[in-house]
Amino acid sequence: MEASRHWRLKQERYTLMGEICPHCEEKIFPPRDICPACGENARNLYKYSGRGEVYSFTTVYQAPAGYEENAPYTIALVRLEEGPMLTAQLTDLGDETVEIGMPVEMVTRKLRSDGERGMLVYGYKFRPQLARTISA
Amino acid sequence: MVNKIKTLHDILIVGIGITPVGEHWEKSIRELALDAITAARSDAAGLKPQALFVANMLAPYLSGQTQLAALLADFAGLRGIEAVALEAAGASGGIALRQAYLALASGLVDTALIVGVEKVTDHASAELEAALATASDADHEAIHGTTSTAQAALLMRRYLYEHNAPADALAYFSINAHANAATNPNAMYRRAIRIEDYTHAPMVSEPVNLFDTAPLADGAAALILARDDRLPETLPHPRVRIAASAAASTTVALHDRTDPLKLSSAAESARLTMQQAGLTHDDIDLFELHDQYSVYAALSLEAAGFAKRGQGWRLALDGAISRDGRIPICTFGGSKARGDTGGATGVYQLAEATLQLQGRAGENQIANAKIALVQCLGGAGATASTHILELVDGS
Ligand SMILES: [Zn+2]
Repeated sequence: MEASRHWRLKQERYTLMGEICPHCEEKIFPPRDICPACGENARNLYKYSGRGEVYSFTTVYQAPAGYEENAPYTIALVRLEEGPMLTAQLTDLGDETVEIGMPVEMVTRKLRSDGERGMLVYGYKFRPQLARTISA
Repeated sequence: MVNKIKTLHDILIVGIGITPVGEHWEKSIRELALDAITAARSDAAGLKPQALFVANMLAPYLSGQTQLAALLADFAGLRGIEAVALEAAGASGGIALRQAYLALASGLVDTALIVGVEKVTDHASAELEAALATASDADHEAIHGTTSTAQAALLMRRYLYEHNAPADALAYFSINAHANAATNPNAMYRRAIRIEDYTHAPMVSEPVNLFDTAPLADGAAALILARDDRLPETLPHPRVRIAASAAASTTVALHDRTDPLKLSSAAESARLTMQQAGLTHDDIDLFELHDQYSVYAALSLEAAGFAKRGQGWRLALDGAISRDGRIPICTFGGSKARGDTGGATGVYQLAEATLQLQGRAGENQIANAKIALVQCLGGAGATASTHILELVDGS
């Protein structure tokens, strides 16, 4: 279903491409074209680093249709280091205990497969920052 | 004051119909609605409505039905009248009253019927979760597999963390709701619970446990509205007027909010109603708020100004929300224990508040209730609608 709908979002889903407002410098993700801070047009592209930290998180056991095969999975609000927040799954957690404030980084993963026709939707998830032990 | 309501006539709630919340496998969505409509019309001494406003969220997904309002008007023997359905997720009921209020206030409609109805129990849980998740941002939340429970859990975890609150901080919202539902014949769960039940409850989506969530079930409730110059000769019940009406919105996606722990739409719509009615918090005798998840009860008390930021949970702990407390909430059990009926929930809230003001609440009666604040939220509060209902003096 809706191949074009997901295609339109591939820039933000694959590369965390958002926007920055040329009027007030508000950083915007997901992109939305009108700056929520000042109300002016904001179509200047801005690519986010993909690094951030966990603002809150939970585990989904009762998954919606289309997500059952991944359950249980961890959903988080991630605060990007540039400021905006987004919703994403956490992945590659291994034995790590997730905590508020945990540094995470973006990776590209399968988000869902759409029904019997099997269209796959890819996009961002976040994993614990690998570089953190080196840079710390 | 600019925003003070100046209508020539009061707009009154002159009839209510409430049906039991539960798994009604034997009834279709239209039959559920008809039960509530029939009860409300009978309660309003047979007053015929000129327009129908339907509050519903899930019929297009779960019943394959759009144009639900026309369908229900016909099925209820009202073929021909103006009919429209309003969808704002869990706020649909409040939004339906808001639209009916505007229609009556404009003078173009004299009498209106509002019915909230939801039919959910024909479906498996994965389909229900997907249907409920349509209340989140489809492209930026639901695509990541989030659910309405997960949204509440994200807020609850952050709430407990930021406010350094204990793990069972929200327990007394659930305990209060269950205590009130115990004497509500229309409630799903008529059994009081203890703190041990809460602390030992299985996790649904950490830190949300089973008692932090409301059961989603079938139900329908209805209201009849009339301007005070179009009333039947005799009305069997005390008159309840709509003293204030407001609605507001904020971002659908939680992550787009500057402060996710502030329900700004709830705060704004509550502020507008208090301003319209010229009331302060001390004037409010009860507050029927949105409690699909217990964290929303805490956040709603804070948004409406009954508690400071981070202090809403203490009102539950201190007993201020109980029926004899300073600000009773969920006086018939709320979504938590009466049962959550999606887009119909707001109509239940409004009908229950009306019973309180009319002195018809039976064992659930709040003593001397004259003014009720009723607030409906959609999803994680993207839509909020708030009303103040007031008992008309001498009625
Ligand atoms: Zn700007």
